[in-house]
Amino acid sequence: MSVSLALAQAGRKPAGKRPYFLDAEVERVLAITMAAVQELAVARERIDTLERLLEARGIVSREAIEGFIPTAAQAAERGLWIQEYLARVLRIVQQEGEAVAASAAGDLYSEEVAVELRADAAG
Amino acid sequence: MDGTAATPSPTAAATAYDGLPDSRVIGRHGIFPETTHDDVARINFLAQLNRHLAMNVAPSVKTAWERRVKPAFEAKHGRAPRDRHEVRKALLGDPMFNTWSALRRATMEQRQQAGRWIALRQAEELAAQAEAIIGDDPRLSLDPALPIPRYVSAVDHHCMAGSYHTELIEGDVSAGANYDVGLFITTGGLLGRWSDGGGRAIVDWVRREKPGFKPRRILDIGATLGHNVLPIAAAFPDAEVIALDVGAPMLRYGLARAKALGIDNVRFVQADATHLPMFEDGSFDWIQTTMFLHELSLSSMQAIFAQSHRLLRPGGVVLHVEQPQYTPAMPLYEQAMRDWDAFYNNEPFWSTLHEIDLDACFVEAGFDRSRLIHDKVSADARDIFPAAADDKVEDFGRKAAWRLVGAEK
Repeated sequence: MSVSLALAQAGRKPAGKRPYFLDAEVERVLAITMAAVQELAVARERIDTLERLLEARGIVSREAIEGFIPTAAQAAERGLWIQEYLARVLRIVQQEGEAVAASAAGDLYSEEVAVELRADAAG
Repeated sequence: MDGTAATPSPTAAATAYDGLPDSRVIGRHGIFPETTHDDVARINFLAQLNRHLAMNVAPSVKTAWERRVKPAFEAKHGRAPRDRHEVRKALLGDPMFNTWSALRRATMEQRQQAGRWIALRQAEELAAQAEAIIGDDPRLSLDPALPIPRYVSAVDHHCMAGSYHTELIEGDVSAGANYDVGLFITTGGLLGRWSDGGGRAIVDWVRREKPGFKPRRILDIGATLGHNVLPIAAAFPDAEVIALDVGAPMLRYGLARAKALGIDNVRFVQADATHLPMFEDGSFDWIQTTMFLHELSLSSMQAIFAQSHRLLRPGGVVLHVEQPQYTPAMPLYEQAMRDWDAFYNNEPFWSTLHEIDLDACFVEAGFDRSRLIHDKVSADARDIFPAAADDKVEDFGRKAAWRLVGAEK
């Protein structure tokens, strides 16, 4: 089926080794970021179409969208969503922050614990 | 229903806008793939991203070259760079060049993925449509045994996975569909509604420079979709036009596209132009290539020049539309930037082609040095992008302004 073909091969590597201009780790993240930037533009264009169609049909004017002021309850829901969103996006930073204290308190790698547990069994 | 009724007066920002048109201006013909709102938005974004990199990022690379890379090179070596390769290798140490390069490479990869996502997910439907349009039309001649030249198979040109020739399913046209939907992105809309700016430019040149020329037989080599040969065929409807390519998906798509656009005097033939025993000596009035020579190899180009000389009748003309040669007058920085596609966008012959003495190649192939042709041509994209008429943006090798090199036999 063609959609399987597209999923598997739309992003296939072209013949010829890929040049890297930055540290490979950095360039990989840049490439992922630019794809995400692209998809934000794609989503933004769809929202723009929706707004214009709604306005053209007299359902919601763009003026009403621009002038929209959320009620206190709506603002609270939105604020909560932003907090949740930031917590998701910045999860690794939260965990790295927690690791500072955890390491000082003797936090171990699982591999280190594995060695310890094997030693326990041998003992 | 569109939204125009609700925006009676354009905003000041919209009035001042002189950027790219929405990609919905691209012409749609009977074999053009279906595109969703998201597909079109992705094309819009990628075309804008290319233009942004050219207009707003590349100038900073030049500043970095002038302010820090070139002075550092001169301090280290006690002399200026001798050639474009020294310039490019010095630039590779600069963060501005590398950021621009990484973004340009990623943009090309995203363009290929976006186009392939459109073409591959409807590969079967497109193949069926092409078959329905073509039927048993004798104007398509495929040669499944044709060896694919090394210059096509070794690296996929401009990061186009599978290049022009790979067939993913029976009767595949997806490589052609991908190529067609993406031309707008890479050239920033500068080829016009049907991506045929190169072909229209050459027709204008021929009408102006060779008034009264009535070619009966025209050969277009490396035709891909035939997008540049269709304006030629339309301008000379009594001529028999033969479009050659090594890639079967391109040729199937090309004939279906030509038929859908109502152009009926083009045959699409799968062949390697270094070896054309099917055509007699002196059997063509005009041989054309458009942005093709840079995808060859030196030996294949020499063989194609020799074939061109053999195939032309006395008084016939061969014309190649290409990006400009690296002359001593072209600054080494510009040469190095133009070489980017050679090394980082899988156009490996690009660098060599633009430094060799093409006049000598014509003479070696049998043409008379006094009958060589040198001129400039550029695409007219006023049908979709009027603001580009006086465009000053240089995109190093991708601008729709070319050199014309050729010869009369």
